This record gives sequence, C-alpha cells and structure tokens, in this order.
Amino acid sequence: MSTQVPEQVEDESSAESVSPGKQKRDQKKRERAQRIQEQREAEAAEKARSEDDTYHLKVFRYDPEVPEKQEPRFDDFYVPYKQGMTVLDALMWARDHYDSSLTFRHSCRQAICGSDALFVNGSQRLGCKTQLSDLAEPVRIEPLPHADVVKDLVVDMEHFYDQMEAVEPYFQTNSLPDGELDEQRQTRENREKVKMSTRCIWCSACMSSCNIAAGDNEYLGPAAINKAYRFAMDEREGEDMKQRRLEILEQEHGVWRCQTQFSCTEVCPKDIPLTEHIQELKREAIKNNLKFW
Amino acid sequence: MSQSYNRGLIEDFSRWREFSAGMWAWIFHKFTGWVLVGYLFTHIAVLSTALSGAAAYTNTIQALESLLVVRILEVGLLAVAVFHILNGLRLLFVDLGVGLEAQDQSFYASLILTGVIVIASVPTFLSGVSI
Repeated sequence: MSTQVPEQVEDESSAESVSPGKQKRDQKKRERAQRIQEQREAEAAEKARSEDDTYHLKVFRYDPEVPEKQEPRFDDFYVPYKQGMTVLDALMWARDHYDSSLTFRHSCRQAICGSDALFVNGSQRLGCKTQLSDLAEPVRIEPLPHADVVKDLVVDMEHFYDQMEAVEPYFQTNSLPDGELDEQRQTRENREKVKMSTRCIWCSACMSSCNIAAGDNEYLGPAAINKAYRFAMDEREGEDMKQRRLEILEQEHGVWRCQTQFSCTEVCPKDIPLTEHIQELKREAIKNNLKFW
Repeated sequence: MSQSYNRGLIEDFSRWREFSAGMWAWIFHKFTGWVLVGYLFTHIAVLSTALSGAAAYTNTIQALESLLVVRILEVGLLAVAVFHILNGLRLLFVDLGVGLEAQDQSFYASLILTGVIVIASVPTFLSGVSI
C-alpha cells in the first residue's frame, strides 16, 4: 500500500497548570497506552478482515499478439482488501500475485499523471483515485470506451493527443512586457477564472465519456476545448491571440458539436466544469461574430 | 501500432443503465423532438381536409375524436410536447450558463412537472369517448 497513516504528533501545548512536568508525563503515558491499544485493535481488525474480505475484480483482457488471447474475455481476480485500497492498488496486486501479463498504464498513483483512466463499473474513473470500498462487487474494469484497445486495459491515446495539440495548448502572446526580465503578471480575478481549467491532467476520461466525440472523430472533445478555454480566457495573451483561438474553436467540429450531455463534467476526476467552459466559449464565439452596424 | 480490437456498436448502445441525468435529458429531448416533427405531418394532413369543404373537416375531426386510441395518443402528444418545452427551457439556461451545477435537478424537475401536467390532463382528454 502506498498510503501510510502518519505518526500522531504529540500535542505539547496542553497541561500547563499544576506540576506541569508530572501532568505532562502522565498525559503522554496515557496517550501512548491508548494509542498502542488502538493500534492493536486496528491490526486485529485488519487481520480479521483480510482473511475473509476479498474483492472480486472482473478485468477485460485482450492481446492481439497471442493467438489464444485475441478473443476478448474477462478474467476474475480475487484481491485481499486492505483499508484505503484503490482500484489501481488492486490491479497491481493482481498483476504481482496472479498474472504478470496483466497490462495497464500507471505512474504517479496520486491523480496527477493521468495515466490510469479506466472504465470501472460503467463509468470513466482514475484507478488511483477510486476507492474499492465505494464500488459494488464484482468490480468490472475495462479499458476506456470509444478508443482502440492496444492490450488489456491499455488504449491508444494518439487521437486524443492529436486533438489536444490541435488547439495549441501553450501560452502565446504578442504583447510582451517592456523590460527583458519583467514578469507577465496576471490579475487575481483572471487567474481565478481559469483556475479550474488549468487542472486538466490529460487522462482522456471526458473524451471517452463523450457521446459526440465517439461519433465524430473530428470533434475536438471536452479536454481540448477546456485547454483552449484556459488560454483564450487568459488576458495576458492579448486580443489577437484570443481571436486566433476562437477561430480554431468555432469551426464546424469545434465548440458547436457539444450538445450538453454533461457526461464529461460528470466523469472528470479533477472536477473541471467542462460543459460550463464549452458553453462560455460558445457565447464568446457568438459575441465575436455578432456585429451591429 | 499493432492491430487493435474494436469493441463495436455494443459499447455505444448497451451502456444505457449507466447513463447519467444529462444523458437521459439529451436522449429524451431528441426523441420528443422527432415525435413532434412526425406529429407535424399528421397535423397538416388532418387540417388540410378543410380544403375539400367544412363538412369534410368536421367529419374527419369527429371520426378521429371518437376513437379511444386517438385520445390516448393525444395524451402522449401532450406529454411529449410538455417535456420538450420544459427541457428546452432547461437547455436555454444551460446555454446562458445559468445554474449548470443544478442541471440534473432541473431535468428531474421537468420530468416530474411533465408527469403532473399529463396526469391532470387525462380527464379532459378522455371525457366523452365511448370504448
């Protein structure tokens, strides 16, 4: 297990009245005894649980390189439960103890790298951010829908990355500050506006959940539009650049393909209000083209 | 890249149990929209009987309204139209960026309101028809 409960820090500020030294020692002694007691109980409970408490995983398997495995199937794994165990922990346990050929992407295990977006019990989730205890058994683990499966739980992300690159996901500006070493300052309000959109970890859960993206390969998809939002709404980029970004977004397969199903917002592991951002860009695009003369 | 496994149409259509509120709203909105488009054609067909005289129109309407099936279909039409209107209002707010956090509640509200209005309309629609 990756997460460990940190040792409780002793509270030094208490007990300052009558004979402080003695009181403090007593207090500490009592606390230590209590802590040891609790630890023992927890260990006993843990042991009792791990003996009978296993989680049943049903994992999608497919390997195009082995003739016998070309037909997709579901494998059952029974993984002993430990408190705080995530779907990714369970998969790793299954791989390490049962079948070393079980393939899935993972790296940081703390919902930052965006490698382990999986289709768990019918919804796109990050394996490392999903507690087993929140899921009904059997836990059904599949690769992301609407993407080509390369092997087991690994899907081809190339198309997703192409869409992300299409919106030029990097800061560009024509209005540089005067001095060479001047910083490009952003107002607090503006930072607050783009804050949520900067959280994207490129995990592709939203793209996979989007019904429109599934049917229209040219559609930019929620993640790419959110990325464009992050820069289009950044005031430091200037008007020219915003114009350029809106031109990319208001194309036929840009923001207008969104039909507000809210699937992306629902599954986003970083709680980015994707639909809200897409809707705001739609309004920006309209305002941009509306001319009264 | 090696050849990859295509999970096909199954994955698009067999997941309906896992759909969330926004997805159901979208599906119902599409469905009711198409029903209303279809109704428009029958509507025009019935109304255009008036071209061959007032009597023909009256006869057609009376004949249709004496059928129980037509009355039931009318209740269905009302349900479809009311849901489409209410969810349309919801979508209007979504487009304006108002209350997007409550989009699922507003969908449930439009469903419940549709149900209430339809049930309240049943006596009116089914009165004076012989089975």
